[in-house]
Amino acid sequence: MEQSAEELNKIEKKDLFTSGHRACGGCGQALAARLVADASGENTIACVATGCLEVFSSPYPDPSWRIPFLHSLFENAAAVASGVEAAYKALNKGPVNIIAQGGDGSTADIGFQCISGMFERGHNVLYVCYDNEAYMNTGVQRSSFTPLGARTSTTPMGNKTRKKNMPLLAADHGIPYVATATVDDFRDLQRKVKTALSIEGPKYIHILAPCPLGWGHHGELSVQICRLAKDTGIFPIYEIIHGKVSNVRKIPVKVPVEEYLKLQGRFKHLFKKGQPTPEVAEIQEIANQNIERFNL
Amino acid sequence: MLKQIEGSRAVAECVAMCRPNVISAYPITPQTHIVEDLAMIIGQGKLDAEFINVESEFAAGSVVLGASAAGARAYSATSSQGLLLMCEVIYCIAGMRLPIVLTCANRAISAPLSIWNDQQDSMALRDAGWIQLHAEDNQEAADLHIQAFKIAEQTSLPVMVCMDGFILTHAYEPVDIPEPKEVDHFLPPFTPKNIVDPRSPKGIGLFADPRFYLETRYILHRAMEKSEETIKAVSADFAKTFGRNSGGFIKTYKLENADLVIVSMGSVVGTIKELIDRMEEEGKKVGLVQICSYRPFPRHEIYNVLKDKMNIVVLEKSVSLGRGGILASDVRWSFPRAEKKDRNISSFIAGLGGRNIPMDDLRYMVEKVEKEPVELEFLGLKKELISEKDL
Repeated sequence: MEQSAEELNKIEKKDLFTSGHRACGGCGQALAARLVADASGENTIACVATGCLEVFSSPYPDPSWRIPFLHSLFENAAAVASGVEAAYKALNKGPVNIIAQGGDGSTADIGFQCISGMFERGHNVLYVCYDNEAYMNTGVQRSSFTPLGARTSTTPMGNKTRKKNMPLLAADHGIPYVATATVDDFRDLQRKVKTALSIEGPKYIHILAPCPLGWGHHGELSVQICRLAKDTGIFPIYEIIHGKVSNVRKIPVKVPVEEYLKLQGRFKHLFKKGQPTPEVAEIQEIANQNIERFNL
Repeated sequence: MLKQIEGSRAVAECVAMCRPNVISAYPITPQTHIVEDLAMIIGQGKLDAEFINVESEFAAGSVVLGASAAGARAYSATSSQGLLLMCEVIYCIAGMRLPIVLTCANRAISAPLSIWNDQQDSMALRDAGWIQLHAEDNQEAADLHIQAFKIAEQTSLPVMVCMDGFILTHAYEPVDIPEPKEVDHFLPPFTPKNIVDPRSPKGIGLFADPRFYLETRYILHRAMEKSEETIKAVSADFAKTFGRNSGGFIKTYKLENADLVIVSMGSVVGTIKELIDRMEEEGKKVGLVQICSYRPFPRHEIYNVLKDKMNIVVLEKSVSLGRGGILASDVRWSFPRAEKKDRNISSFIAGLGGRNIPMDDLRYMVEKVEKEPVELEFLGLKKELISEKDL
């Protein structure tokens, strides 16, 4: 469905994901889930993976969802959404927005196969990944989205590997729409959800969602951390529409990665007596590569 | 119409007549012919359904879960490793009370890898909250699928129709395939009870904290027990509509005057009946109790038909390693404790990994338990293949 620029850029507040859920203060995922639900509207089915979002929003008998909510397992949200879509087709029902959503573990690791299958088969489903860069629901263990250097409960000396690049992996399936977003820019995030839902076929939106508990920052800093993730080049903001990188967010004033890292307890060990360890330079190199690759 | 037809094809034609809206499966031997045939039936425009080719059995289970939760009549089929890979979803489907029908073309479990028949796969999922019906032959396999959708939708419980891999799936036998209008008359369109629908938003699959979980499992257990009535009623209704007995809870053969009773399930029942006939000619009275519904387990039926029988032998194609016969345990449990003392219930494991169960082995089993009870024996074991150091 074509939407005007005005409609696309309007911030939606419909309370389809209501307050009273059990997320921590400053939870990026709770904020993102609300923005996604409100942007999608009432005519939406949410297929949610097991994880923080599911646990804090769907305890019987007090779910926080005012749209239909379907949860079964950790790793199958994309396949369940495929089934919902197939049912709607077979029963000649719809149109309806079908949004599969999960955290980074259920997206990048255990659910990767189901997502790849959903993309490859071409289901008319939007997959939203809330990326908080570790398994937060089970107590901050490393996922394949955990960035280089980050301390988690299973990488107590700091993570030794670079983050899996899921948006590009998604785009390489040849799906029509991929986008990245963060929770500091409501308008941009909701525009991307609305844009995705206007396109037929599989779509992927990757949202950086800070976790105060796992990242070791004060809840009120979640939004600022997102801005720094963008302005350092650590988390590039772009869309890939039919394979073409588009609408890249340019960094107004480039910020050294130290500014991003220093706000978070998970990177504290990268600074000895205030001085950065060699890993910081390596992280800066990752940011520089992003800046170059996407011309940020 | 009577057709000389492969078992898988018969099942596919009957499933198609049940008009599922969504079918999803992943290839695994010996289940493949069923879904290949269904794909062709859909491709030829004879069935209006979505066929979703997925990347794993786990995904197949998840797709039919989603489809069922959105109001579709949904079907899948698998075997062996595929069923085990689907295990997590299998439990979830039952817990969510989704009336999905799945064919398990029974096959052995790795390791060692074996594509051949036994019943260890469905047995591994016996506690999941699925009704499990076992077919004796291809006629019953075909008929059970038509009954399965009705049972599932009346009870809000998923149904697994188990048929022995290769022995049934790949065997050509005459099968009476019903007319589509007869099936339409027997099986009304699916009216889902609980679905995700934006017009009436609700949550399906909420999590339950310790205040609620126990009750959901109790309710599911009771629903499984209560499904006995539905299984019997649907089987009776089927007999009335189609003029033949298929399915039900248990079946018996020459039981009345039997001195010794064999309890078993699946295709081996055919060989057992043949043995019983031959032994009858020799003046030996052997009877049979055939389990059709393995879950819910026909405990009371077994007790009722066997309460006067003191010599019973259970023959099964699965084993609880470190424990023994699984079906045997269930049969032993069917008798009140006080009665067990005088009753001999022997346990034989046979046919694992597709090992043939010849008549001579069955005769050996009967003659052995006539003399003395056998706690546990692997029938047809080749002792020459096992060395001292293996044990």
